[in-house]
Amino acid sequence: MDASWFSLILLVTSLAAGLLGALSGLGGGVVIVPVLTIVFHVDIHYAIGASLVSVIATSSGAAAAYVREGFSNIRVGMFLEIATTLGALVGAWLTTQVPTHAIGFIFGLVLLYSAYVSLKAKHEEITTKPDKMALRLRLEGTLPLGDGREQPYVAQRVPAGFGLMWLAGVLSGLLGIGSGAVKVIAMDQAMRLPFKVSTTTSNFMIGVTAAASAGLYLKSGYLMPALVMPVMLGVLAGSLIGSRLLVRAHVRTLKVVFSLLIIVMGIEMIVNSLLRK
Amino acid sequence: MSWTDKRIENWVGYMLRTGVLLAAAIVLIGGAMYMVKNHSSRPDYSQFHGETVQLMTMHGIVHGVGTGDPLSIIMLGLLVLIATPVARVGMCVAGFLFEGDRLYVAVSSVVLVILLYSLFFHK
Repeated sequence: MDASWFSLILLVTSLAAGLLGALSGLGGGVVIVPVLTIVFHVDIHYAIGASLVSVIATSSGAAAAYVREGFSNIRVGMFLEIATTLGALVGAWLTTQVPTHAIGFIFGLVLLYSAYVSLKAKHEEITTKPDKMALRLRLEGTLPLGDGREQPYVAQRVPAGFGLMWLAGVLSGLLGIGSGAVKVIAMDQAMRLPFKVSTTTSNFMIGVTAAASAGLYLKSGYLMPALVMPVMLGVLAGSLIGSRLLVRAHVRTLKVVFSLLIIVMGIEMIVNSLLRK
Repeated sequence: MSWTDKRIENWVGYMLRTGVLLAAAIVLIGGAMYMVKNHSSRPDYSQFHGETVQLMTMHGIVHGVGTGDPLSIIMLGLLVLIATPVARVGMCVAGFLFEGDRLYVAVSSVVLVILLYSLFFHK
C-alpha cells in the first residue's frame, strides 16, 4: 500500500470517528486514539499527537455554533482554563516521562469511564444559592429557556470544580484528548452548573487546554505531519457533519451501541498494555 | 450576562472559525502536495522515533515552507491551528478590558501567560 492510499484510508476512518464522536458526545479524540493504535498499529505517542490537533480543530470549529445558542459562559470558561492549562503542562510533561504501556493503560481506563458517563442518566438541579466565592469571581449567569424566559444560576463548590478541571487538564495533556467527560463532571456535578452550560463551555475550553500541550508535543516530535493531516481533516469534517445531524437524529440507540464499542476498545487497550509489560 | 459579554463571544466564535478554516485549508494544500508527490510505501508509525529535527521547531518549519516542502506546509497549518485558541484568549483580554472588568482582564492574562509559556519555554 503506498503512502497516498494510506492517507485516504486514514481520512475516511477519521471522518467516521469524528462523526461518531460528535453524535455520541464523547468527542473525536477518545475515538481516534484507540482506532489508530489498535487497527493501524500506530505508536501511541504519534496517535495522541494526531488526536490533540484534531481536538483543537473540532473545538474551534464548533465554537461559532455554540455562541449562537447562547449557553456558554465565558467567565466560567476563562476562570477554569487557569486550572486546565496548568494541568495540561503537567500532563504533556508526563507523556514524555512515563512508559508507553502506562499511557495505554490510563487511556483504557478513561475510555471505560467516558462510556459510563455517556450512558448515565442526567439529572439536573439548577441552583441560585449565593455561593460567596462564586459571586466574588462572577461565576454566574442566566440560562435561556427557549420561550423567552431566563433561568439564573450560580456556580457552587468552586475549589472542587477547579481541582477536577486541573485533573481534566492533566488527562488532556497526557492522552491528547479533550477530556470532555471530566470537564462536564466538574461543571455539572461539582459546580452544579446547568448541563447545557457545562457542555458548551467545556467545548470552548477544550481548544485552549489542548493548545497548552501542543508546544511540548511539537518539541517532542509527536506531531507527524503525514499522519496528522488526514486525521485532523477527517475528524474535523466528521464532527461538523455529526453536529449538524445531531439536531435531527435520534441518538439514544446509537449512543448505547457506540458506548459498548468504546468499552471494548478500552478493555483491549488495558489488556494490551498489561501484556506488553 | 451583559450585552458586551455576548459581543466578546461573537467575535471569539467568528475568529475561531476563521482560524480553523485557514488552518484546514493550509493542511489540505500541503496534504494534496504530499499525496501527489509521494508514492513511496506506507510509512511505518509503529515505533516512536520522534520527528525530523527540522519539523520540530517553528524556525525549521518556516524554512521548509520556503522550499515548498509539503510536510512543512502541513506543519505550518498546524501552527496556525495551535495559535487560534491562543488568539482567542488574547481577544478575551482585550474584550474584558473594554468592558472594564479588571478581575477578568487578570484571569484571562494568566491563561494567556500560561499558554505562551507552554509554547515557547516548556521543556
